[in-house]
Amino acid sequence: MSTNPADLAVRVRGLRKEYGDLTAVAGIDLDIARGETFALLGPNGAGKSTTVEILEGYRHRTAGEVSVLGSDPAHARLGWKARLGIVLQTTGESGQYTVREQLAHFARFYPNPRNVEDVIAAVGLEKQAKTRIGKLSGGQQRRVDVALAIVGRPELLFLDEPTTGFDPEARREFWKLIEELTAEGTTILLTTHYLDEAARLGDRGGVIVGGRLVAVGHIGELGGADARVPVVRWRDESGALREERTQRPAELVVDLGRRFGGEPRELEVIRPSLEDVYLGLVHAAGSQASAAELVEEGEPA
Amino acid sequence: MSVISHGMARTSYETKGYFRSPDTVFFTFLFPMLMLGIFAAAFSSRGDISLAPASPDHVSVAAYYLPGMLAAGILLSGVQNLAVDIAGEKGDGTLKRLGGTPLSPVSYFLGKLGRVFVTAVLQAAMLIVVSKFAFGVALPTSWDAWATFAWVFVLGTVTSALLGIALSALPRSSRSATAVVVPIVLVLQFISGVYLQFSGLPEWMQNLASVFPLKWIAQGMRSVFLPDGFKMLEQHGSWDLGWVGVWLAVWLVVGLVVSRLTFRWIRRDA
Repeated sequence: MSTNPADLAVRVRGLRKEYGDLTAVAGIDLDIARGETFALLGPNGAGKSTTVEILEGYRHRTAGEVSVLGSDPAHARLGWKARLGIVLQTTGESGQYTVREQLAHFARFYPNPRNVEDVIAAVGLEKQAKTRIGKLSGGQQRRVDVALAIVGRPELLFLDEPTTGFDPEARREFWKLIEELTAEGTTILLTTHYLDEAARLGDRGGVIVGGRLVAVGHIGELGGADARVPVVRWRDESGALREERTQRPAELVVDLGRRFGGEPRELEVIRPSLEDVYLGLVHAAGSQASAAELVEEGEPA
Repeated sequence: MSVISHGMARTSYETKGYFRSPDTVFFTFLFPMLMLGIFAAAFSSRGDISLAPASPDHVSVAAYYLPGMLAAGILLSGVQNLAVDIAGEKGDGTLKRLGGTPLSPVSYFLGKLGRVFVTAVLQAAMLIVVSKFAFGVALPTSWDAWATFAWVFVLGTVTSALLGIALSALPRSSRSATAVVVPIVLVLQFISGVYLQFSGLPEWMQNLASVFPLKWIAQGMRSVFLPDGFKMLEQHGSWDLGWVGVWLAVWLVVGLVVSRLTFRWIRRDA
């Protein structure tokens, strides 16, 4: 990753957001290179949406430095917005308009829009082009959201949980569309609950827990090498479930077989998936956070 | 300039959306027509309305109610329609989505204003045409009267639209918007001489109505469509067109300032 700020689509330093006593974002540093797809993961209420909405210019921050496409979103102008595409978490109702009318209308706001028919084809709504948006299925309406976000030919695309409610086939089609945008050089910031989606689309990812970025890196390396050490699990003679992390699971299994003089009960070799790594990170961060709170409470005021 | 051309694009987009929403069309566009029909049908048997028994100044029931319904149409098309509409757009995420595009808020408001203007013109034209051909109402023939109609209509419509935008900040949610806005509009119509004969209202109610813009729009419209002798029935025995202009201008500025101060694409946090 480059450290030259000009090559960064997003640069965040020490970002904080407080609502009264509540700290939603507790100091985040983040760089997203141009052309990169970055997946932001984290449980509900961890500060994902708040962070993204600060980058989009919807919310003001309490502290920290933020630069998105070279501008501070808190003081950005309309010309800056023309370079962004935003898919919000919830769909806006504009049910009275047809897909084509809605896209043609939004395309007018941008200086260099894509061809409306091309966009309709890209999101696979050719047959619904003359259908009012209110009559489309939830998944189809979501595709309209994506179409509206890309019609202005954005340099940076925000996707906030874009495929929630999609059936598996629609998700795969959606992923193909996003990969085409990436191939054209679009920078993408994706938040999602689907780890397979993050793994498929993301070059790098970050996990937010309790308003902090607890891990950042290439999706395949999130959580570090230790988090990916295979686990061998079995039930011992006393009936207790045992597990051991080892780089050489085959050796351990052979050894167990010898020790038991036969098949160990419920023997498993588990290679941690992204989901396991993610859940491990969330739990570890959760217990650290509560430990830190205990320490703070223990200190005299 | 793109702010203006986007505003015009918004106007045609907004107008299309308006006529595709049957409930809006009924409650803001057709409602005054419906009320005029009901009043004409209900009270016609009582004969014409005149200043005094055997007075030469008398008009049919439909002719008497036409100015009030025109004023009500301006209020409904502007205040009621926009306040409910914008509160709804705030609630369903339409505004948030627009706030993420390079559309200027000025263009957004020009679009709302344009839509109110287009629909109010069509509504007034319909009321006037139906009054003439279905109810036989005699229309004014002097240019002066139509010039008065034009400025009262334009000033009233713009003021009403701006007040609608301002009022849209009041409902806490899009679901409560109708409940907040409709009673305000309804009460104004009752105290401002739309449904009830203004001259028959107690003085304190007339004074209260005089604070709000609807009474002045209605009075301006009466000056256009009623025989000149009817000015005897007004509060000061005259049409007071100067005051109509002043009060509407004051409310226009109020609407503009409140809209400017309260409008947000999304509810901003601290």
